[in-house]
Amino acid sequence: MTLTTDTAAARPRPAAAADHDHGHDLDLDELAGLRTVPARHPWRWAAGIAALVVLAQFAHGLATNPGWDWATFRVYFTADTILQAIGRTLELTAYGTVLGFLLGAGVAAMRLSRSAVLRSIAWAYVWVFRSIPLIVQLVFWFNLSYLYKRFGFGIPFGPTFGDFETVGVLGALGAAVLGLGLHQAAFAAEIIRGGIIAVDAGQREAAAALGIPRWRQARRIVLPQAMRGILPAAANEVISLLKGTSVVYVMAIGELFYQTQVIYGRTGRVVPLLMVATVWYVVLTTVLSIGQYYVERHFARGAQRTPPPTPLQRVRAFVHSLPDRTRPAARTSGGQS
Amino acid sequence: MTTLTKTGPAGAAPMVRVRGLHKSFGRLEVLRGVDLDVPAGSVTVVLGPSGSGKSTLLRAINHLEKLDRGHVAIDGELIGYRRAGDRLYELKEREVLRQRTGIGFVFQNFNLFPHLTVLENLVEAPVAALRRPRAEARATALALLERVGLADKAAAYPRQLSGGQQQRVAIARALALEPKVLLFDEPTSALDPELVGEVLDVIKDLARSGTTMIVVTHEIGFAREVADTVVFMDGGVVVEQGPPAEVLDRPRQERTRAFLAKVL
Repeated sequence: MTLTTDTAAARPRPAAAADHDHGHDLDLDELAGLRTVPARHPWRWAAGIAALVVLAQFAHGLATNPGWDWATFRVYFTADTILQAIGRTLELTAYGTVLGFLLGAGVAAMRLSRSAVLRSIAWAYVWVFRSIPLIVQLVFWFNLSYLYKRFGFGIPFGPTFGDFETVGVLGALGAAVLGLGLHQAAFAAEIIRGGIIAVDAGQREAAAALGIPRWRQARRIVLPQAMRGILPAAANEVISLLKGTSVVYVMAIGELFYQTQVIYGRTGRVVPLLMVATVWYVVLTTVLSIGQYYVERHFARGAQRTPPPTPLQRVRAFVHSLPDRTRPAARTSGGQS
Repeated sequence: MTTLTKTGPAGAAPMVRVRGLHKSFGRLEVLRGVDLDVPAGSVTVVLGPSGSGKSTLLRAINHLEKLDRGHVAIDGELIGYRRAGDRLYELKEREVLRQRTGIGFVFQNFNLFPHLTVLENLVEAPVAALRRPRAEARATALALLERVGLADKAAAYPRQLSGGQQQRVAIARALALEPKVLLFDEPTSALDPELVGEVLDVIKDLARSGTTMIVVTHEIGFAREVADTVVFMDGGVVVEQGPPAEVLDRPRQERTRAFLAKVL
């Protein structure tokens, strides 16, 4: 309805434009009372509708194609074995993240150190562990006991104080965590280093000029600012680790993907069980992404003149503005009809 | 005003002594034997074309720049080295950091910590470097903010302030350590013209209170008004130095004359 009145109002303009919009005759004061008509974008609408149609078709297929077998999906989605497997996946992700980022922080610190020896070792670490595919490494760790039957503590090249059977200490889970952690550390190291070198050199210089001790310079001045650069890439890594844990199925550890494989191996219902895994991975990634948003917001302190509102604040502001929004709109449409 | 802050007690050792400084970056010789004495309580303004080594000299004084040759002493203490017998031992970073707490440095680009509030910027160094109790450091910080006219900005973040306000905070931050000498590296060069005045006013106020200062600047008017000594540098050496009336109005060296003709 408003659309027709808009075009009706706009139509006489081209004729009038020849008279008024040109040259020295243009009277800006006269324009104050006129109504502004937004530019129209018919192709934008057409493209949007086309995309929606395709999407609707896909959604229709999801609902009606019996191949998806949503009944089976529902049965297994919250089955105990699946929930336990999710626990295992989260466990692997957590251990891998903690080990990866602790070790990665160490390697990053070594790469930025003034000691050429430490720098070289750290560089070599990143070089080696970025080069080996995760799955190769996992199988390698799993078979470590072929190489080293026993694992001992003592003086290097000297006597040992005690030792363990490698198989006993490093079970399948231990090997998986070690593999994921070492792999992750190489990438984490580069991400952390990237964040640190992106902090303006003047910051470190100012801290040094103020006599702030070196460790505190790093912890209080450089790292909080580096975190802004580190976090988006680190969140990527955690999410890809979460999904990367599915590779661990080669070691027969009961994580999410392995467990769904076991079930569809038994029941033959491949698609609904793959969907169970898929939806759970999406849910877990969503939770991580929300966490990322708030952590990033915390480290954005002082970065902008006025920090943007959280989604929750935005929703609240929208709800509060609703009565204000509807009222003038109602008034204008009432006035025109 | 400036006569009040002249040289201090007669015969007293200068607060800052610089002897035979040499510094090269690669093949570029930036400092080629600089000597300088700054009496306690005096204001020294260093002028010179860009690339003349002014900033490097300043950064060498607080050992942000390591020297190839030459020595710096502040209040009788050798900076960056320790003498034992006939040897000089390079100090560990920890000791250099301790020495720097006696040398305030104000940067051209302020270098405030953007993720900390104004108050936290001022409290950080006294607590971390001098181990002052936090409450005491806060009280000092608030008094200093009052002094630079920014008491109401204590809770703001640096990016919420204008350039002039940020530089005044940076000056307060340097003062929070109660340094023996304050070094200013072109403190107004990054500012819009209308904001230069407020920063210079704070520096003038400090000059009146007898703070020892070395100021690298392009503000000739400020030099004339505040400086006890004007030092003109070019090509990594001190070309000429003396009271502003001599160096600025009756320069003896041709290079000084040429420089002043260009900037005045």
